[in-house]
Amino acid sequence: MSIVTVQLGQCGNQIGHEVFNAICSDVHGTHGLCSKKENESYCDACKERFFCEEESEVPVARAVLVDMEPKVISQTLSMAARSGYWKYDDRSHFCQKQGSGNNWANGYSVHGPRHKEVIMNLVQKEAEKCDRLGGFFTIMSMAGGTGSGLGAYVTQCLRDAFPTSFILNHVIWPYGTGEIIVQNYNSVLTLSHLYQSSDALLVHENDVIHKICAQLMNIKQISFRDVNQVIAHQLGSVFQPTYTAEGGLHYSRNPLGSFRDPSLYTSWLNPQDAFNVWKTPRAFNKYEKSASLVSNSQFLLKPLDNVVGKAWNMFASKAYIHQYTKFGIEEEDFLDSFTALEQVISSYTIL
Amino acid sequence: KGIYDEALSSFFRNVDTRSGGDGPDIYKGKICSLKARALLIDMEEGVVNEILQGPLRDVFDSKQLITDVSGSGNNWAVGHKLYGSQYRENIVEKLRKAAEHCDCLQCFFIIHSMGGGTGSGLGTFVLNLLEDEFPEVYRFVTSVYPSGEDDVITSPYNTVLAMKELNEHADCVLPIENESLFDIVNKIHQMINSGKLGSTVKQNSLVTSSAGSAKTVQEKPFDAMNNIVANLLLNLTSSARFEGSLNMDLNEISMNLVPFPRLHYLVSSLTPLYTLADVNVPSRRLDQMFSDAFSREHQLIQADPKHSLYLACALLVRGNVQVSDLRRNIERLKPSLHFVSWNQEGWKTGLCSVPPVGHSHSLLSLANNTCVKPTFIELKDRFMKLYKKKAHLHHYLHVDGMEQSCFSEAISSLSDLIEEYNELDATKGGPRTDPSRLKIAV
Repeated sequence: MSIVTVQLGQCGNQIGHEVFNAICSDVHGTHGLCSKKENESYCDACKERFFCEEESEVPVARAVLVDMEPKVISQTLSMAARSGYWKYDDRSHFCQKQGSGNNWANGYSVHGPRHKEVIMNLVQKEAEKCDRLGGFFTIMSMAGGTGSGLGAYVTQCLRDAFPTSFILNHVIWPYGTGEIIVQNYNSVLTLSHLYQSSDALLVHENDVIHKICAQLMNIKQISFRDVNQVIAHQLGSVFQPTYTAEGGLHYSRNPLGSFRDPSLYTSWLNPQDAFNVWKTPRAFNKYEKSASLVSNSQFLLKPLDNVVGKAWNMFASKAYIHQYTKFGIEEEDFLDSFTALEQVISSYTIL
Repeated sequence: KGIYDEALSSFFRNVDTRSGGDGPDIYKGKICSLKARALLIDMEEGVVNEILQGPLRDVFDSKQLITDVSGSGNNWAVGHKLYGSQYRENIVEKLRKAAEHCDCLQCFFIIHSMGGGTGSGLGTFVLNLLEDEFPEVYRFVTSVYPSGEDDVITSPYNTVLAMKELNEHADCVLPIENESLFDIVNKIHQMINSGKLGSTVKQNSLVTSSAGSAKTVQEKPFDAMNNIVANLLLNLTSSARFEGSLNMDLNEISMNLVPFPRLHYLVSSLTPLYTLADVNVPSRRLDQMFSDAFSREHQLIQADPKHSLYLACALLVRGNVQVSDLRRNIERLKPSLHFVSWNQEGWKTGLCSVPPVGHSHSLLSLANNTCVKPTFIELKDRFMKLYKKKAHLHHYLHVDGMEQSCFSEAISSLSDLIEEYNELDATKGGPRTDPSRLKIAV
């Protein structure tokens, strides 16, 4: 059961790299209290899920790297190769030179259609390398231009090309006091579009992770690398092979498929199914015991409401709109997105 | 010799000159001969000739020069209308050539002054040309504005006429005032000559010197001042050239800092101005850098952003600075700044790993702030003083293609711009009522 990861934009590629690192080092790490056989079974499942074993050297990550400027991908590829433990496929990346200028419209309406064929070809190739395709995992930030805009477009394309596959979007929520001034516009546009094509949105907020680094981990000078490593650790622990509630001896659970449990995301739910537990005796990344909680709750309500509020406030003054209409996203498109998200907010609020 | 890489390729071509003369471009590998991706235009020969005899003579190709002999007589109309039409074809041809050598042309930098005839007139003519010939390529303009005591009497005319072009055809303008550059140069001299015990300044770290130059006394005052502007452009493009954990490209600067098309005048502030040789860098020093960026002494124009309204602000950090340092300082400085109601928390930030030569870190802040309004109002006043008396007007109207309407349109354009800033200023400090959100029927 394999997963194809699509890394989009600077954030997506930087995090993706840390995720594969975390998984790889977990596989090579101590197995804690479980048996050797247990460990072997775990490692095999894990490797198959995220890596492709090629004849020669090291495992190759099942990933497609996409960015509209070359520096990050170039760094990501070389850092992975230098680790000696794993690498990316040299051909599984696509980049351009100009970037998306933090402009969602540029990513979605210009780069999307222009590069759709090339990108989908790369995805198709990776999908074909899998014996059993469990689904797609995309990593993107919603604040910028490529991850957000091109990411939304690619997700749509994935949905069209693989109508029955599971698509999980990992979305990074930017710091409240911006990294990007138009981040709220980009976020609103991204979320409203992803809701239409994605099966589940897994969210990490920079502010929250930052607090973890500061308060729980006591890091003095927190870098994006620190933030990304925490995120990668959390993701890795959620994706690690585990047994389902029915028990059994095989690591066959599709980590993405479990997200399909209707209890786990946007639509409306039976409280009994709301909490699922998965277990494994095997340690994860040096922690002998660890627990990860993935929940669908109202916790995102406040941040979502915040982002929509700020974006609406800016929209009312028409600030920056000319930058979007320049690339084909009109005021109407903004209104559609706002409407879609207000509906989500109101649904969560009345829970 | 070094390696020709992506960073160098942003500003230079690498030409194979081994067989004498111009060979093909070498895209990767060792540096053979670096040629600036630039056009040098002047209607007098003195300055360009000096460059061609100086240490950078091999960097500029004679085919990239457009010169004439008589100059523009500090007359915008001569520069724009007369020389514009005369040299149009020549300029377009050379631009196309230069563009062909680029595999991905993202941005033009126009560097000129506003107060004279060539930079101001012909410069803005070229700006128009760029928009016509290369509509998708960004146009960043670095403009040196004349001071009130400028010795060119007609500089207000030239500046206002040029402003109309900047309003309509530039994506971003970085106004520079000589007075600010001069103050920075003086501040550095004081620092060097103060001879405080234990605080020797690292020579190559001066924002006024080009690295490697060992002169303690600049021979020409403009050299030091010009180097400050050069450093501004270096820092502006650093994140596009070098890697970092949060890249910031030039198109992102335009996207985030220009909320309305004509409001694209950015106040720039550079820090540090120098590095002390024997001081190590605790975190407090880092925070000082952020405070300095918001002090008027580090700005490249005379303005008061702290008492005006921020529409947007960008921080480009270079060197060993991490996101937590950025966050901490934004939180610290935010309360003393006034941001427009629809952008209370918007900051554009970039982290580039490579610091400038001689420094461990640096910061460039770019602000879209209504504090430029007084500068423009003063300019308008100086213009009107001359215009009401029709002083020197005939020098302009004599030029073919130049009419009275050019003047009235230009001053009207400036007035409109000032009015846009006025409207924004009017919102400052007022009661904040957020627009009501969409109501959804459940």
